[in-house]
Amino acid sequence: MNMLSETAVEKVLERKMTNAALKMSGKDVCVFYGEKQALYNVNLDIRENTVTALIGPSGCGKSTFLRTLNRMNDTIDNCRVTGRISLDQDDIYDPSIDVVELRARVGMVFQKPNPFPKSIYENVAYGPRIHGLARNKAEFDEIVESSLQRAGLWNEVKDRLNEPGTGLSGGQQQRLCIARAVAVSPEVILMDEPCSALDPIATARVEELIHELRANFTIVIVTHSMQQAARVSQRTAMFHMGLLVEENDTDKMFTNPDDQRTQDYIMGRFG
Amino acid sequence: MTDFTANGPLPVTASPVRRDIGIKRRYAAERRFRLYGILAIGFGLLFLALLIWSVVSKGYTAFQQTEISIPVEFSEKVIDPQNKRATDPNVLMMANYPVLARDALAKELGVDLSDRVALKELNTMISNSVRVQLRDIVLRDPSVIGKTVTVRVLAEGNVDSAFKGQIDLSVPEKDRKINDRQLGWIHQLAEKGDLVKAFNTGIFVNGASSRPEAAGVGVALIGSFYMMLIVLVLALPIGVAASIYLEEFAPKNRLTDLIEVNINNLAAVPSIVYGLLGLAVFINFAGLPRSASVVGGLVLTLMTLPTIIIATRAALKAVPPSIRAAALGLGASKMQTIFHHVLPLAMPGILTGTIIGLAHALGETAPLLLIGMVAFVADYPGTPLQPATALPVQIYMWANEAERAFVERTSGAIIILLLFLLAMNIGAVILRRRFERRW
Repeated sequence: MNMLSETAVEKVLERKMTNAALKMSGKDVCVFYGEKQALYNVNLDIRENTVTALIGPSGCGKSTFLRTLNRMNDTIDNCRVTGRISLDQDDIYDPSIDVVELRARVGMVFQKPNPFPKSIYENVAYGPRIHGLARNKAEFDEIVESSLQRAGLWNEVKDRLNEPGTGLSGGQQQRLCIARAVAVSPEVILMDEPCSALDPIATARVEELIHELRANFTIVIVTHSMQQAARVSQRTAMFHMGLLVEENDTDKMFTNPDDQRTQDYIMGRFG
Repeated sequence: MTDFTANGPLPVTASPVRRDIGIKRRYAAERRFRLYGILAIGFGLLFLALLIWSVVSKGYTAFQQTEISIPVEFSEKVIDPQNKRATDPNVLMMANYPVLARDALAKELGVDLSDRVALKELNTMISNSVRVQLRDIVLRDPSVIGKTVTVRVLAEGNVDSAFKGQIDLSVPEKDRKINDRQLGWIHQLAEKGDLVKAFNTGIFVNGASSRPEAAGVGVALIGSFYMMLIVLVLALPIGVAASIYLEEFAPKNRLTDLIEVNINNLAAVPSIVYGLLGLAVFINFAGLPRSASVVGGLVLTLMTLPTIIIATRAALKAVPPSIRAAALGLGASKMQTIFHHVLPLAMPGILTGTIIGLAHALGETAPLLLIGMVAFVADYPGTPLQPATALPVQIYMWANEAERAFVERTSGAIIILLLFLLAMNIGAVILRRRFERRW
């Protein structure tokens, strides 16, 4: 961890934020599970080097939207996506787009830590191996070390890289999953409630990490915790019953939201 | 909780006393249920113990065989009376070797060589296999002719049974397979130490024989080995490939549902039906040889496939979806996800299913009867295309034999089969452990 000091991170971000380039954008995204429609015409832009939080009550479609961004919905039978989702202007649902390559560019961290039942080293090295990112042992070692360092896990595991990843604590496992995602050098990292299975201390570690990762990656995070959204994100999108209710700067969203439903949800009146 | 107090006093529903009784009843029910479980296990263990006791108590003697050591004089007068062996090699092949053994035994027991009745009785005490045994000695080294060599020959089956105390001596002499004079000789030989029980290697290596003392499961072992090999080589890859496709790639629709139902049904089809199928398809249509282990192997493969497919699919289903999601999320292709992550995790289950299927196939008899593997095969099959039998079929055939000595050999063969099954199951456990250790 602490690859970049706090101020350095801010400085880099400030410079990048001013460009505020669009990394991904969804236009009229509708998702159907069989006959049931889960998302209705969502228009949402994801900005580069920004943490975008997706909030909303359970079943509102925020995870569904997240999973359309790297086409993880493809693995679900009878799931259908319409509309246009682009990554750097390219439609990711275009038949010419290879889903394997897309997922290498848009990585994902899941709700429950799911390390492979292999060694810590193998967990991190797996992605680079299948994508051919390293040619020899030394290069693999380097990727593994830098990824674990970025995930703030290096100091805790450097002496036991050959031990099973499943033997780590919950918080360490989740950071291992983040290191695994980072190792493929994605451009965007999707996080689906990454802290919901963690205790407050581990949560704080992961949030800190998200903050640091922002310098190099674009992050989209689904969370049920208002405080977490307020702490880690710069942009927040509020979903309700398959609709995108409001999208705004996080500061504005949590102090003076435009929409009454956002206000109610943030105040804890429903959800 | 707070709602109740807001609505006034609690409604009278359950007094504390009644609740106590309920708890006691629940505990009693649990204790009863545990007792039923223990009884059920005890019942199972009892019958297992009965089975093992009955087989072992009858069969352990099969691993010993009575042998007689006699100084056999390889007399030239008997083997080659006209001294033609230099020109006609058939002489040594056709010589009357049993007479040598009989005369040697007569001399040993002090029986007059002119007493024809006694000689006949002596002759029936030595196994017929002595012909081959002595012939082989002479053929290996013809210079033995004219010398006297002590040879251990197999005692005939009834002598073996009598010496092991398996023949009821209270039966009148004329109804017995062995008469009082022969019994006397047995005692005489045993006292001299010439008639002893030795470890019966023959039961493991010999082929079929109508003489119990020379019969063994050697051919059946080879036949069963060939079949297991064929089943393993065919059923495992085909079964695993089918399961992976059905579980991971195939769309879930009417057709795949139909296939699934059919596979489950096939697992329950009686094995004799597979035997008829094998007879019709492999022998009558494809023209493969009868009694050959290749046909048996193919039939057993068909029979084992559904078992392996069901076990493999269950093992694949048991792999947590989060592992698949993790690999796919990293950009692994479906194939990579399956072969790098899902299959290794499912391996213990697949192997267990496969070995259980194999063990099942090893003990299968009915389909083999129909494809002609119930045959008298005395020679080792060199290839799977040659006639062979299988262990369970050998047991079946021996169980049909009339001679007393075959009873213990039937149980002996059952012990051998059970040992193989035990070894396979231990193998399954070891493999399971080894694969599970890779987390």
